[in-house]
Amino acid sequence: MKLQDIFLFSFKTVKSYPTRSFLIILAMALGVAAVVVLTALGDGARRFVIHRFSSIGTNLIIVLPGRAETAGSFPGASMGQTPRDLTLEDARWLGQLHQIRRYAPLNVGTAELAAVGRLRDVTILGSTGDLLPIRHMELAQGSFLAHGAQYSAQIVLGAELAEEFFPEGNAIGQRVRLADRRFIVSGVLARQGETMGFNSDEIVIIPIDHAQALLDTTSLFRILVEVRNRNDISSAKQAIRELMVQRHDGEEDVTIITQDAVLATFDRIFRALTLGVAGIAAISLAVAGILIMNVMLVAVSQRTDEIGLLKAIGAPGSDIRRLFLTEAAWLSLTGAIFGFMLGHVGSLLIRLAYPQLPAWPPVWASLASIVIALVTGILAGLLPAARAARLDPVKALSGR
Amino acid sequence: MIQLTAITRIFHMGEQEIRALDHIDLAIASGEYVSIMGTSGSGKSTLLNVIGVLDRPDSGRYQLDGSDVTDLTETEQARVRREKIGFVFQSFHLVPRLTAAENIELPLILAGIPPAERKIRIEKALHAFDLSKRAQHRPAELSGGQRQRVAIARATILRPTALLADEPTGNLDHRTGVEVVALLEELHHAGTTLIVVTHDRELGLRAHRRIAMRDGLIVADEQ
Repeated sequence: MKLQDIFLFSFKTVKSYPTRSFLIILAMALGVAAVVVLTALGDGARRFVIHRFSSIGTNLIIVLPGRAETAGSFPGASMGQTPRDLTLEDARWLGQLHQIRRYAPLNVGTAELAAVGRLRDVTILGSTGDLLPIRHMELAQGSFLAHGAQYSAQIVLGAELAEEFFPEGNAIGQRVRLADRRFIVSGVLARQGETMGFNSDEIVIIPIDHAQALLDTTSLFRILVEVRNRNDISSAKQAIRELMVQRHDGEEDVTIITQDAVLATFDRIFRALTLGVAGIAAISLAVAGILIMNVMLVAVSQRTDEIGLLKAIGAPGSDIRRLFLTEAAWLSLTGAIFGFMLGHVGSLLIRLAYPQLPAWPPVWASLASIVIALVTGILAGLLPAARAARLDPVKALSGR
Repeated sequence: MIQLTAITRIFHMGEQEIRALDHIDLAIASGEYVSIMGTSGSGKSTLLNVIGVLDRPDSGRYQLDGSDVTDLTETEQARVRREKIGFVFQSFHLVPRLTAAENIELPLILAGIPPAERKIRIEKALHAFDLSKRAQHRPAELSGGQRQRVAIARATILRPTALLADEPTGNLDHRTGVEVVALLEELHHAGTTLIVVTHDRELGLRAHRRIAMRDGLIVADEQ
């Protein structure tokens, strides 16, 4: 029997049992669609998070005081030392490195903001003018340390705070009190919403010197560094480490985090999650495979007479086996194709319903689900096909 | 053409051992018209199945057209059946989900004949067996006589040298049975070896050579 005839004949068989074929194809299609949709969701979540992270700032290196030890011992404990502070002086030296475009020293604290008879606790960021471009923040009005006036008592309000204290939109130039110090509002941040659990609409930004005085510290919370070029990240990281070691008497007591590393970690976590849900969805493919096996076994006993006849008119067992295998393959392939389409329509609906979530099914998942569907289908067909091929034609024809 | 030597076929029914064929020696020449008669369980159907290479004897040799087919592999035997044997069954054994034309086409597909040629040969067969108007009907929509004509068309489409019929009129009324027998005899006149298994004496006596069986043995063989 020619291969094309085998394919045609078994396709005709599939068509001649419409209800049965429809149900199996549906089961297989749902399995494949589940894999496609769930991986689309997982990958969509990954892209969503990565995108959010990238919006914090690209080419970013963060320098923290203290060494994150992986050996388990407390930093500096063996030497009887506490980690050295990270100072503004350190930051200025960092700024001299040629790989670095700009840097922003950062202090964080909380204090009470008072103006026009209102009071509120706010988060304070103390920094320089370069903080805004590094963190991709924008001003809605005014300016921040626009004239390099490092020491003037300017303050930038978050959008939410500006609206709360000055609902008429006349915040610029107003006097406010932060703890026991007076500031003049020089700018208002544009609304940005929440990034990484940090609502930039409810913060104030003041010059770093004022912040250190207000918080009574000389140690920086961290230094944000933006390198000129994405390729410079590793060399900049190395240069920063060397500079810090040199400035801190040969002690490596800072931790340097790159945005890349954070992104890569999240990327890995979400990929693993996606694989996990894909694996769970793939179980439904296995169930569909077992369903195919079951139905094909029933088909063999139903078609005993036909198998006997085919053998009597000269079909060898190998042809019978191939006929049943291709039938199982048709069922699973058709199911896989419908499932593929169903899954892509489902992903489209998700994207329409949640436009922020880029729920595109990954290509590997679509291909893998189709291949797995086909392979399970054929594996499921093996046993029934072998049984059909072994049937004794005399018994099959006599209906015994 | 057909040469059976000491063919034995044993079935096991629980503890019991049934010798369906007990050292049968039989020679049938090309172009003969043979009937095999006997009661149910006499071994006549088993003999037909062995002659049709559908059943393997437990011992003995079988030569078909001068070559020994006893020890051929399953695939080789399938090929022998396809090329040399045509089966006609009492219950027709048509594939219910295929049309008359598709049922007739089956042996051509199995033999790997290209579709264009298949079409021509089916047309011819449909015409020859007066089934042209019924080509697209499924077996359930055909009368018993038409079904058996489809079965005969299918059995003969590859021009086998031997046509083996197992109770070909068993499921038909008398008049249709006569028509089917006439058709089979026509094929015999055209040169096909015809072997008919039946317990219908009237049908059996029409054959030129009549073999009678009882308990797995040939008890009479008359020309």
